[in-house]
Amino acid sequence: MSDLRDWTIATASDAMEKGEVSSVELTDAFIAAMEAGRTLNAFITETPELARERAAASDERRKNGDARGPMDGIPIGMKDLFCTEGVKTTAASHILDNFVPTYESTVSGNLRDAGAVMLGKTNLDEFAMGSANITSYFGSVKNPWTPEGANANLVPGGSSGGSVAAVSGGLAIAATGTDTGGSIRQPASFTGLVGMKPTYGRCSRWGTVAFASSLDQAGPLTRTVEDAAIMLQAMASHDPKDSTSLPMVLPDCRAACTRDAKGLRVGIPKEYTLDGMPEEIQKLWNQGAQWFKEMGAEIVEVSLPHTKYALPTYYIVAPAEASSNLARYDGVRYGFRKDGASLDEMYELTRGEGFGAEVQRRVLIGTYVLSAGYYDAYYVKAQQVRTLIAEDFKKIFADVDVLLTPTAPSAAFAEGDKMDDPIAMYLNDVFTVPASLAGLPAISVPGGVDKDGLPLGLQLITGVCQEETLFRAASALEMAAGFEARP
Amino acid sequence: MSLTKDDVRKIAFLARIRVPDERLEPLAGELNNIVGWVEQLGEVNTDGVAPMTSVVETETPMREDVVTDGGVQDKVLANAPDGEGAFYGVPKVVE
Repeated sequence: MSDLRDWTIATASDAMEKGEVSSVELTDAFIAAMEAGRTLNAFITETPELARERAAASDERRKNGDARGPMDGIPIGMKDLFCTEGVKTTAASHILDNFVPTYESTVSGNLRDAGAVMLGKTNLDEFAMGSANITSYFGSVKNPWTPEGANANLVPGGSSGGSVAAVSGGLAIAATGTDTGGSIRQPASFTGLVGMKPTYGRCSRWGTVAFASSLDQAGPLTRTVEDAAIMLQAMASHDPKDSTSLPMVLPDCRAACTRDAKGLRVGIPKEYTLDGMPEEIQKLWNQGAQWFKEMGAEIVEVSLPHTKYALPTYYIVAPAEASSNLARYDGVRYGFRKDGASLDEMYELTRGEGFGAEVQRRVLIGTYVLSAGYYDAYYVKAQQVRTLIAEDFKKIFADVDVLLTPTAPSAAFAEGDKMDDPIAMYLNDVFTVPASLAGLPAISVPGGVDKDGLPLGLQLITGVCQEETLFRAASALEMAAGFEARP
Repeated sequence: MSLTKDDVRKIAFLARIRVPDERLEPLAGELNNIVGWVEQLGEVNTDGVAPMTSVVETETPMREDVVTDGGVQDKVLANAPDGEGAFYGVPKVVE
């Protein structure tokens, strides 16, 4: 079979429809690639038997004229944060390293029902807390990209690091991700992929291991914008089991990919210019604006005055919610247990040994900001600032259709960098966190490469539920950028 | 406001995370850096601003008050580290 990185969901689905290839053939090729690509450490659990079974069932359906749409028979990676019935689900944590769910998350169930073939569970930062995929209990993930002329191991970004390594390394056609503060978009930018986070509530959170419930959203990681639209369509649904699930139907995002950018009003938020940001990123951003102009869009400089407070707000809200969500890991009902003489000692030892350093740090911060006497000063204050951040966006989207920004303040960095200082690591998410806090849909599209030949992404953000406009703008940007570089 | 070693010990107990004594001091330093950094929110005027409760304005959904699940004891107990019959086992809590 040709270079596996040539396959997209759209081309593979067409080829299967025309009978040029079967799902079993595709799946076997990707299983072989997954096994040959183990040095990337992209998968925590491989499920080749399950994949072959589902691929055979898909071929059978297609033969009978019952194919279920463009995801049917497509081999994908599943972030190991989605509970999968009968398949170990770890959240990359020691505390869940023996957990086998007896139920299926809504998102992975939707994909399964659409016929997608799960190759395995992809690696991530422990409990999705991280921006470099270096906090996994199962070891760090290697970025398939390497800087030109150097022999350095780069991080794939995080937290969906295993998912992007699998797709960009040609071990899967697409993969699922989750995004709390940038965990889909930043790794997509680091690996030359498209990463899309829908409006909060489009994808059900039911059965997805929770990090920060008011921010967590699932989304697709794919090679093309059209693929992201196809996959999102299969993942999203209204789900009564998640009370924050949006009771509305996702518009036809794939159709939106065929529309041009003419007449779009594209906002450039001036606060997204950072001191010390690499010149190449500023240059690519300007180039992005220029592309839109040439396609007949109108460029408008806008201001989102509370942008600089987004990251500190996030680092109160997310740890607070995490400390509360992670209280369930008590060594009693499931997961790892370390015995102790008393119940309290058992809890403390279980959690002290079961959680890694970054998770502990965030749970402690969260516990502190929620504790008596500090709740108003930290948590309530942060939720007030969050309101102001969301209002900034609301005002702007009365005037422009879409915002264009860089996705991340740097290209992929070497393993070992930014390890000593948590705040330096947190800064990776400076451009992605604001849209998360406001619940807005956003997408990272590969825009170009830097001087070392490493990919850089551009981010587009639209108003609540404006996914059609987002995909329209993203397709236009993708076409203008013509990104074809490979690891 | 600066966190001391004793504060960290107290928070760690509230979070039920055992932190070895020699980690308390360095952890206090790390947490102080983060807390000091988020304190810049103090400069934002939030008088009269409602704290965000929901990112997308929707109504709270209502449903029929009926049983829709249950009767799956085996599944519920399947992952228990110390399942004893139809129960979860824990260290003795009553003298």
